[in-house]
Amino acid sequence: MIVLEVAVFLLVAVAGTAVVLTRDPLNQAIVASFYGLVLGIMFFVYQAPDVALSQITVGAVALPLMILLALAKVRALEGSRRRDDR
Amino acid sequence: MTPRLRRRVFLAAAVVAGAFLLWGLTGLPDYGVYNGPYGDVLNRVAVAERKATNVVASVTFDYRGVDTMGEEYILFAAVLGVAILLRAQRDEHEEPPDEDAADRHAPATSNAVRIIGLTLVGPVVLYGVYLIVHGHLTPGGGFQGGVVLATAALLVYLSGEYVTLRRVSPELVTDVAESVGAAGYVAMGLLGVAAGTAFLANVLPLGQPGQLLSAGTIPPINAAVGLEVAGGFVLLLSEFLEQTLVIRRPGEVT
Repeated sequence: MIVLEVAVFLLVAVAGTAVVLTRDPLNQAIVASFYGLVLGIMFFVYQAPDVALSQITVGAVALPLMILLALAKVRALEGSRRRDDR
Repeated sequence: MTPRLRRRVFLAAAVVAGAFLLWGLTGLPDYGVYNGPYGDVLNRVAVAERKATNVVASVTFDYRGVDTMGEEYILFAAVLGVAILLRAQRDEHEEPPDEDAADRHAPATSNAVRIIGLTLVGPVVLYGVYLIVHGHLTPGGGFQGGVVLATAALLVYLSGEYVTLRRVSPELVTDVAESVGAAGYVAMGLLGVAAGTAFLANVLPLGQPGQLLSAGTIPPINAAVGLEVAGGFVLLLSEFLEQTLVIRRPGEVT
């Protein structure tokens, strides 16, 4: 069991660092989603299935989705500005 | 502030914060050791007192039910805020989404995504409802189940079209679901007052532990939260989608 706990801790550390090191917002949303999933697994390993369920639904699905939709809107705005400049 | 000075300020702050962090870490209980009395007390009395096999649910929806009501209204206020922020501004106008416009074609969803999405909608709805109604028995509950239900709406969007999403989740229905869910929590609380005890007191028959109909007010409150969260998240989703696909500033094109 202790091996699993150490492994999941390392995984969370690696995934968290990966989120910080990813610079492009679009890629970052996907990496953050993976980080949310890993965090959910950690809660599950530490016997908090209720929290794990919330974490997976919010951290791996809802939050990245909001980021993606916001990015899509920003890109639409940028696209219109570029067309204005032409 | 020059970069060099900024780095020095950062290094000084990092040393101080790091020292405090290390000091704090030395005071932590040992790995895997639990000292607090509350968990042990709850483990002993919660199932017998509330007949809910998921002790977490009896804590969140009963022992500290008022806190959870506050949390629910945080979400309610947040969704409300997003809905107000993302409404069509004065200089913006609505345009038919690409799929509707005759002269434009949105890239078609691939058949694989379409089929997987559509096959998943049913099981996801079922799973969400399962999580909500079994909240007092197994891990899960209104919040988790509600978000899962909302992802079903997302699957509809992914596998079909924005227009289909609007058809299966009309604004009126999501608005009503969110409000009724939010009000339902307070109504369950007032039930306790009406019965002559305290707000949010567990006044319904408790039943037997492990039964679907047990734990008194916990399952109805779970259902209310599930409705509120599902409605709220679908509303968030459709507001964001509308902002991205329909609302246009002057001169903005896709």
